[in-house]
Amino acid sequence: MGRYLFHRAWQSLVTLVLASVVVFLGVRALPGDPALALAGEEATPEQVAAVRAELGLDQSLPVQYGHYVGQLLSGDLGDSTRTGQPVADLIATTLPVTAWLSLYALLVAVLFGVGAGVVAAVRRGRWQEWAVSSTSVLLLSVPSFWIGILAVLVLAVGLGLFPASGYVSPLEDPLRALWHLTMPAFVLGTAISAVVMRQTRASMLETLSADFVRTARAKGLSSRRVLGRYALRNSLVVVVTVVGLQLGGLISGAVVTERIFGLPGLGRLTLDAVFTRDYAVIQAVVILVTAFYVVINLAVDALYSLLDPRVRVDA
Amino acid sequence: MATATPSARAETGRTAEPGGGAPAGAPLGGGGDGLGGGRGRVLRKVVRDPKGVVGLALLAVVVLGALLAPLLAPYGPTEVHFETPFQRPLTVGYLLGTDDLGRDVLSRILFGLRASLEVGALAVGLAVVVGVPLGLVAGWWRGVDAVVSRLTDLLLAFPFLIVAVGLAAIGGASLGNAAVALGVAAVPTMIRVVRAETLRTRGRPFVDAARTMDASGPRILARHVLPNAASAIIVQATIIMPTAVIGEALLSFLGLGIQPPTPSLGIMLSDAQQYLLRAPSAAVFPGVAIAVICLGFNLFGDALRDALDPLTVPARRRRRQKAAAR
Repeated sequence: MGRYLFHRAWQSLVTLVLASVVVFLGVRALPGDPALALAGEEATPEQVAAVRAELGLDQSLPVQYGHYVGQLLSGDLGDSTRTGQPVADLIATTLPVTAWLSLYALLVAVLFGVGAGVVAAVRRGRWQEWAVSSTSVLLLSVPSFWIGILAVLVLAVGLGLFPASGYVSPLEDPLRALWHLTMPAFVLGTAISAVVMRQTRASMLETLSADFVRTARAKGLSSRRVLGRYALRNSLVVVVTVVGLQLGGLISGAVVTERIFGLPGLGRLTLDAVFTRDYAVIQAVVILVTAFYVVINLAVDALYSLLDPRVRVDA
Repeated sequence: MATATPSARAETGRTAEPGGGAPAGAPLGGGGDGLGGGRGRVLRKVVRDPKGVVGLALLAVVVLGALLAPLLAPYGPTEVHFETPFQRPLTVGYLLGTDDLGRDVLSRILFGLRASLEVGALAVGLAVVVGVPLGLVAGWWRGVDAVVSRLTDLLLAFPFLIVAVGLAAIGGASLGNAAVALGVAAVPTMIRVVRAETLRTRGRPFVDAARTMDASGPRILARHVLPNAASAIIVQATIIMPTAVIGEALLSFLGLGIQPPTPSLGIMLSDAQQYLLRAPSAAVFPGVAIAVICLGFNLFGDALRDALDPLTVPARRRRRQKAAAR
């Protein structure tokens, strides 16, 4: 167990270092000379050279990379090239919005996805299974942002049930926050639930036909007990993995959901940065999201090995 | 071992769904020669499956619409009619209405289908060109496996939207960059699928036979392993395609993909959101078009997967068996 986790953590660290190299080189590949841009168009070559030295751009790439990693580790993400604000501050104000949205969406996805998946497996061959399978194929085929636009059109504009845009922090006013976040979270959550649904159904079907489930039934245990204590618990191994792997999709989905519902989150910060060529912000977001993603993958693997001992035996 | 986890996960992913992928040891499609001998049989199975029929029909509509767009479209996709903006659907001359600039929605959708399929095909192409050789090599030579696994991990570390953001920052948003971002996102799973297939095939007797006849590694990979992996690659392609189509729409919607005035279903949705109250229908049809493309690929892909999996029993026969058991 410990050895397996250590090994996986080591792999994740390698991935993180490689990713930081990619981002570092990617930033060097950006068009334009940052020293020239900072010094201004009328600067003399000497002034440009001075700025370049100040930024450390006259040093060799490995030295620059070391400097960059040192800054990252000390929590210094640089200043926005557009507004001059520290990027860390910008992220600190927008991250909570995205985090609340993602958590709420994940809750919707798991409740809806696992619930429907279990129903489909238990009601195999009946209309319920057909309905769940059709719903999941449909949800996989329909872009979630389109559902978002339609939801705004029908639920917000047409029926006036939810606000079309805006954000309230759950820490300030939980009820209003719920009201504002419900539509975005359902749009984002249902998109992810399609995959969860499929995998839960498949994994439940497999467990339900296993010998130990038949034994449990033969012993005369109630079907509810067999389902909950035996089948569902064993199926959760696959479900946990799938949900963990969907977190990447959650990040991408959050960006577009924030755009549709006008939420001031990390997604909006990123898109604004791309359109205004605010490279400091882009670089920070890319490296942060990547690090988050690597850590999540590691956590999924750790959980996975905890739930299914065979995984670490292999290692 | 460096590769235990990815393979363990790829395996669960594949065998978790009874209809998805064949369990290790069970030959895909016919007598162990992949698509070779069983091609007709597999196609017949797909055509007998209602999912396959509906999927193929939807794909036929989409592909014909895209190919014949210049003939079918009543107007040019960027042709503006300032005198008739916001026409409702079923107006004379504009079957699906017009947008804010009086551009014909039907014409734009037909040309938008082209962009969607183009990006999807490019993404699939990139995943195949990069992923298949790497998967074959990783499954065959243990030494390369560790390196390829690190690369897979690295690629998996970047969500596709982040890649798209990076590429847009470096080279500007474009159809090509969107396709590259989506293709890069599809590469790691393709590598894993092909690697798993290679590992499965390398222990089979005909590979041993080829080895004893002194065939070189590349030759065995090309002549024996690749044909056996073909069905898994094709199934994977039917999964990548709809993902890429939705991804293209999403990137273009955000302004990170195809740039206006080139028609793209994502851009149409982005535009429609600006005047949602005046012309709600303009926000409906492009979304339906995306759904039709993806539904086509998903249904066809499901049917194909079922047809290639010898363990899947068609629903009709399952019912009959059940009735007989009673």
